[in-house]
Amino acid sequence: MPWSPTHPPEGAGSGAATGARPLLELDKLSCHYVSSKGTRVVRAVDDVSLKIYPGQTLGIVGESGSGKSTLALTILRVLPAAARIVSGRMMFEGEDLVEKSDEEMREVRGKRIAMILQDPMASLNPLFTIGNQVAEPIWVHEKTRKATAFERARGLLKAVRIPSPETRVTQFPHEMSGGMRQRIVGAIGISCEPRLLIADEPTTSLDLTIQAQYLNLLRDLQKEYGLALIFITHNLGIVAKMCDQLAVMYAGRVVESGPVSQIFNSPRHPYTQALLNSIPRMSDTRQRLTAIDGQPPDLAALPRGCSFAPRCPSAFDRCHESAPPEIYPEEGRTARCWLAAPRAEADGSRAALSGAV
Amino acid sequence: MSTPSDVIALPSSLSERRFRIRLGDFPLIPALILFTVAFVALFANFLAPHNPEIGSLAARFKPPVWMAGGSMEYPLGTDQLGRDVLSRLIFGARVSMVVGFTAVIFAGIVGTTLGIVSGYLGGWVDQVIMRLTDTWLALPPLMFAIFLAAIVGPSMWNIVIILGLTYWTRYARVVRGEVLSLKEREFVRLAIVAGCSKWSIMWRHIMPNIINSTIVLGTLMLGVVIITEATLSFLGVGVPPPEPAWGLMLSDGKQALMVGRWWLTVLPGCCIMLMVLSANLLGDWLRVKLDPQLRQL
Repeated sequence: MPWSPTHPPEGAGSGAATGARPLLELDKLSCHYVSSKGTRVVRAVDDVSLKIYPGQTLGIVGESGSGKSTLALTILRVLPAAARIVSGRMMFEGEDLVEKSDEEMREVRGKRIAMILQDPMASLNPLFTIGNQVAEPIWVHEKTRKATAFERARGLLKAVRIPSPETRVTQFPHEMSGGMRQRIVGAIGISCEPRLLIADEPTTSLDLTIQAQYLNLLRDLQKEYGLALIFITHNLGIVAKMCDQLAVMYAGRVVESGPVSQIFNSPRHPYTQALLNSIPRMSDTRQRLTAIDGQPPDLAALPRGCSFAPRCPSAFDRCHESAPPEIYPEEGRTARCWLAAPRAEADGSRAALSGAV
Repeated sequence: MSTPSDVIALPSSLSERRFRIRLGDFPLIPALILFTVAFVALFANFLAPHNPEIGSLAARFKPPVWMAGGSMEYPLGTDQLGRDVLSRLIFGARVSMVVGFTAVIFAGIVGTTLGIVSGYLGGWVDQVIMRLTDTWLALPPLMFAIFLAAIVGPSMWNIVIILGLTYWTRYARVVRGEVLSLKEREFVRLAIVAGCSKWSIMWRHIMPNIINSTIVLGTLMLGVVIITEATLSFLGVGVPPPEPAWGLMLSDGKQALMVGRWWLTVLPGCCIMLMVLSANLLGDWLRVKLDPQLRQL
């Protein structure tokens, strides 16, 4: 099939080479927060399409409030009461998670898709021993005897490099250091050997050396267990180190996605360019840090056109009039920008693109 | 105010504090009082020198042994029917203990369960339970208890049920508030994303975290319940008369008090006060001990 910038190529992404089926495929997923009277709609996740293949790491970056965390909660279907999945599909190992009942979702959570929360320091119940908490998902999901679950919990603590796990299992969370608690939360995440692990800013509350340790650990675990990892962060340095694929979110939408190296080398979306420019560098001789001017838009009152247009240095008339659809500037990449179409075809395809809006 | 000598004395005061927390913070006197009351209640049959319900009219209004006219036969005197006050206090401990603890536990179980369900599930469940609680709280507790007593009739076990039904609302309120803050805590979210069911989250993650508050509340309620039981008995709708309840003794002795026979009211009054105070002090100690972060200090 000839490659075209307006139609998604078959099996886009690096998994296409191996012919593997995506582990998780989000297809035009939208999740909105609706106020109780239905008068205010916040488009927290809007028309998101992403794929992740087994063993791959997908980084999701974006500013606070860009919908990263809501996206993670949507995948696990643990949304607050006000949130609604408005449209789209989430195909996970051939099953649509949107269609599943709450009861069926409980079988998925923790067992097939696990999650590490934003503040792992507070993720442990202060009243239970470490062993109890690491073993809990095992006996909840696999209905094993508690002794077996505890045995496995000890093994998991060893896997996350907790020294002397035999004594640690009987201790309480407040007896651990921050880095240890973090690794324990990691151990809980992988306790049922999930296929997909979602890490929502797992390192923001840690100091830098512990961060590095933890990221290495996550990578090792990923290799060992063949995990796919969704890594939500706003640290582009971590993305460069950890991830194969990257999705940049802005105002609830994925504005750019593709292999990390390609995006870092030639960002197509002005927002991605601005993000990359805002990383402080040692070689930088300028006195001020580069910031992106303006504020992210109110998700309840998005501009008519591209939501980044008011802050975009290269916006032109069309950007303010209509929102760009997802286009495919290169194989395996997407961008939501009128300027992202390959130069040679840009002029020719504009007519076709406007028809797609 | 901290003086320089305080600052210098810091190491020794620290070790002193540790010592006190390890050994000295156990409320020995309250525990002894409660233990004595429990012991006395348990072995009332063997300890009481006389039958608490049958007196001899010949021996009416005998004063305690240390007053003029008192005798060793009735160490704490006798009442208007010639019954031995000491024996009645001993058997009264049984009533107070049984009524107090069972009513507090009954109210606690009902209130805590409703509070957890209401706080965690939210929505219309919360609305129904909390509006019910509001309505319940709007009823004056004593009037409500008297009303219930009038319906079911006075007996010791009816009093337990009445007190439980009167006071569960306090637990429900406090527990719901705690649950509302607990359910936003990260470890509850982790349990949700780990695939625990609502009921197992409530039972395994929420409940153990609020048990401290309910125990502290329970010890406070123990005082309230014992006093309410005494009040109901005093008003004649509590434990029915021949049985020796402390509140009933207060009620019976109130006329004698006017003519100087103080032992009929002061002694049961002191018993109630000591027991309530002990329960509160012991509960406070328990609160600290039940918190794993505090208990290892």
